[in-house]
Amino acid sequence: MITSKDLEHIGWLARLELSEKDKEEYAPKLNPVLDYFSELDEVDTEGVEPAYHVLQLSNVFREDEVNTKCSLDQEEALSNAPNKQDGFFKAPRMM
Amino acid sequence: MYDNPDGVMIGLEVHVQLNKLKTKVFCGCATDYHNDPPNSHVCPVCLGLPGSLPVINKKAVEAAIKIGLALNCKVEEHTQFYRKNYYYPDLPKGFQITQYDFPISSGGYVMIEGEDGELRVGITRAHMEEDPGRLVHEGTIDKSKYTLIDYNRSGMALIEIVSDPDMRSPKEARRYLDKLRNIIEYLDVFDGNLEGAMRVDANISIMGGQRAEIKNISSHKGAERALLYEIVRQKNVLRRGGVVVQETRHFDEAREITLSMRTKEEAHDYRYFPEPDLVPLKISGWAPAIKETLPELPDARRMRFVEQYGIMDDHAKALTSELKLAIFYEDVAKKAEPKIAAVWICDVLKGELNYRDLNIDSFKKEHMLSVLELLAGKKITEDGAVEIIRTLLDKGGSPEEIIREKGLVIVEGDIVETSALEAIRENQQAVADYRAGKEKALNSLVGAVMKKTKGGADARTVREVLVGKLG
Amino acid sequence: MWASINELKERIHAGSSEEIVAQYLDRIGKSKLNAFIHTVGESALSRAKEIDKNDIEGPLAGIPVAIKDNISTKGIQTTCASNILKGYIPPYDAHVIERLKEAGAVIIGKTNMDEFAMGTSTETSFYGATKNPWDLDRVPGGSSGGSAAAVAGGEAPLALGSDTGGSVRCPASFCGVVGLKPTYGVISRYGLIAYANSLEQIGPFATSVRDVVTLFDVIAGYDPRDSTSVDKEVNYSSALMNDVRGLNIGVPDEYFGEGTDEKVEKAVWDAIHTLEDLGATWKKVAMPHTKYALSAYYIIAMSEASSNLARFDGMRYGLRTEDQDWHTTFSQVRAAGFGDEVKRRILLGTYALSAGYHDKYYLKALKVRTLIKQDFERAFKDVDVLITPTMPYPAFRLGEKIDDPMSLYLADVDTVPINLAGVPSISIPCGFSDGLPIGMQIIGKHFDEATVLRTAYTFEENTDFHNKRPEGS
Ligand SMILES: [Mg+2]
Ligand SMILES: [Zn+2]
Repeated sequence: MITSKDLEHIGWLARLELSEKDKEEYAPKLNPVLDYFSELDEVDTEGVEPAYHVLQLSNVFREDEVNTKCSLDQEEALSNAPNKQDGFFKAPRMM
Repeated sequence: MYDNPDGVMIGLEVHVQLNKLKTKVFCGCATDYHNDPPNSHVCPVCLGLPGSLPVINKKAVEAAIKIGLALNCKVEEHTQFYRKNYYYPDLPKGFQITQYDFPISSGGYVMIEGEDGELRVGITRAHMEEDPGRLVHEGTIDKSKYTLIDYNRSGMALIEIVSDPDMRSPKEARRYLDKLRNIIEYLDVFDGNLEGAMRVDANISIMGGQRAEIKNISSHKGAERALLYEIVRQKNVLRRGGVVVQETRHFDEAREITLSMRTKEEAHDYRYFPEPDLVPLKISGWAPAIKETLPELPDARRMRFVEQYGIMDDHAKALTSELKLAIFYEDVAKKAEPKIAAVWICDVLKGELNYRDLNIDSFKKEHMLSVLELLAGKKITEDGAVEIIRTLLDKGGSPEEIIREKGLVIVEGDIVETSALEAIRENQQAVADYRAGKEKALNSLVGAVMKKTKGGADARTVREVLVGKLG
Repeated sequence: MWASINELKERIHAGSSEEIVAQYLDRIGKSKLNAFIHTVGESALSRAKEIDKNDIEGPLAGIPVAIKDNISTKGIQTTCASNILKGYIPPYDAHVIERLKEAGAVIIGKTNMDEFAMGTSTETSFYGATKNPWDLDRVPGGSSGGSAAAVAGGEAPLALGSDTGGSVRCPASFCGVVGLKPTYGVISRYGLIAYANSLEQIGPFATSVRDVVTLFDVIAGYDPRDSTSVDKEVNYSSALMNDVRGLNIGVPDEYFGEGTDEKVEKAVWDAIHTLEDLGATWKKVAMPHTKYALSAYYIIAMSEASSNLARFDGMRYGLRTEDQDWHTTFSQVRAAGFGDEVKRRILLGTYALSAGYHDKYYLKALKVRTLIKQDFERAFKDVDVLITPTMPYPAFRLGEKIDDPMSLYLADVDTVPINLAGVPSISIPCGFSDGLPIGMQIIGKHFDEATVLRTAYTFEENTDFHNKRPEGS
């Protein structure tokens, strides 16, 4: 059961500001889903390896060679920035 | 035995940037951004643009294995990248690709000179990860009204070297850092002189209390300062009857203090999980092959220098403490008397360089060789040699020019004879004292001759000439 | 307006690509479907002109293509149907877009979708729901609903979607078109804005298997920028054979379970019998872990999504609210930029990965994923393809399920196991229920798209369902 207090913690972990109304509305929608997920408890997974990847690929590398084809110049890099200054992205104050 | 009166325990997390690679760790952006404008060495991958995907730089993996081996670690046969989920504006994806459950190497050690002799500092792990971008604050982080972000650094290959909490003083921490830098420079994967090449997070506790983690330390001296400050701060907390809390603190380099960074975010929960966009690495068999190619490391070279050149261990240690210096010495020692070369490079040149905050790149091997040659041929005095070295560092030029301009060539023969006779004639009192058995009176006569020869004569020779004439 | 690639090529040859592109743009302009978030009329027309003028060759020379709005297009706004990416113009092309451009295709616009591909109905779009061309009161399916509706409604001959848990096959089924989800790794994901990386693939839509294959051939293939891209050279057009003699079909009962509409069940069985008449054989196969696929799928998808969507902080692109301190701004940007379903999935995914719950949810789901994969491996020892319904029912009404997330999730029951196993699967029309299309799903072994496509093509060549068009749309 996710409580409204849990929601506040998860909301902070996910950096999603939740209003009081959100917290009230979300819990009743999320809890049935979590209930449903609990059906996995009944599956015997003793000794089963988790499938992090669906294909058995390994050792995929690139050589240490500069790829200018993909690079962006400063103007392109900043082209979508909502706020910028002197070639930097401009973010809010830290504290 | 060092009794560690404050019960200091220091563990360091050192981020070493593989800045000698041509490209970043997960994209083809060039690593030579250090003198370029912000956000000019970026691509969709290192900017974290939606839809971009990482691909591992093979050379970075090789460098990581080299470092693991040089730190006496076990290199794993299977390794995997994970996502570490946390938020900071320097982190363009909202997570950092790093290693977690299967780090590429772990369980090593580094030997340093501790407070009471050799100290073995354990290496918990040395893993690969990506560098975040660089933040610029207006003034200090706590006062700045905004934060500027440059992602040129974002995605640079890092090796994070985590030590055991084995260091017992800020001085040991600094020596550990020096040693680490020294070892890794030998591997030719990183240039320690570039900005941000080595960055340190320090964990420190005293008297078995909670530890503080100090972030944003960018130099070895800074680490020592931050730790000294932190010991005093923690002692003061205890003295006032308080409790040291576990927290992250930010080192303010300018003020040489640490600041609490405690906010709500302190409740860390990184939610690690394997990076689905990168497949596992199976690198069994790589380590033995790479081990074959490892260069001679500092400790081995130090021992060889003692054996091969017959120099003192202290000199060998100083000479191998920096790869460039070791190479400089060896090149010089091949053409000059190795023991004398060691003395001049360690005791004179290095001191003069340190005094000027310069490194060995600022002095030419040929110049060292000609200074040693002039000394061996008794063409200059030892004082003259020091003067030449200083002048070369301050003004440049060549030893020959400096000797000519400053008249540093040894004055011999007739001029010494004449000057000695003059000195005797002009200092009758001293002559009388000397003859009356006052040995010290000779010194003022030697001084007078030296003055006349403008320091160009060899003091020992002058003394001999005077004794002969007065005898 | 429902011309095939070959018909269009003839018309381009006789007339011009510009003319054709203009016709499609005109039809989109008058449409009630809301299949497109936006079109790029001017650049499409000038590209068509260029192709006409320079006689540019290529398998898709001059052919209009619609692109799902989660695939990055250089210089063309790409929003994932989310407010948080409003105005975002990627400075680079996805791998598939580069391939399309090389093949001479003309991109006409970006199609509507569930926000960040999180949905089964294309109702969660910030730009409003897309409507089903067969019944404007019904959903087109999702999350690639815009692409499927555009093809079904004659607004584009070809379209690209993405399929994380059925997002190509579901709308293909609801809209009565062909949609393919390839084997994981066959099409580069470079430039596809990630919802759940370990599950998703880009997939083609068309009105026929033949056209799907032509588009698939253009976009498939190795890309060194995607570490999960597979280096295999395949020519899929050789799969276009009207022949299923000797084919072994597996039919898993688990996919015809409770909640499956009778008419859907019957249409799929009729299709299996049709293939039997054409020389295939069929048998029942057991896939015992199917029941758990939905939970495993949603846990994995939401977990990955919670991390993938962490980059949307308003600093480098997208929506930015008024600056407070950084962490507060970050939280507010996301509160303002994401819709409810996206927020729910981020919260659940964050929860499933968080300290204390990671093993119960995330790790457990990955273990169940292994079991589901093994179900497929076991089944494919005996059979060449599996045939199931794509969706348990035809298109539902707009608004019918949107307030009950769980009932929407349940609609994906037959499509998500395929993504967990990473195998290829196609949805093709196989019948109608009260005027609404029914889709059949044909599933193959890893990298055996050829058999899947041959089965689909043979069925199509011997039936007429794919030639029906929605009236009055
Ligand atoms: Mg780290
Ligand atoms: Zn880059």
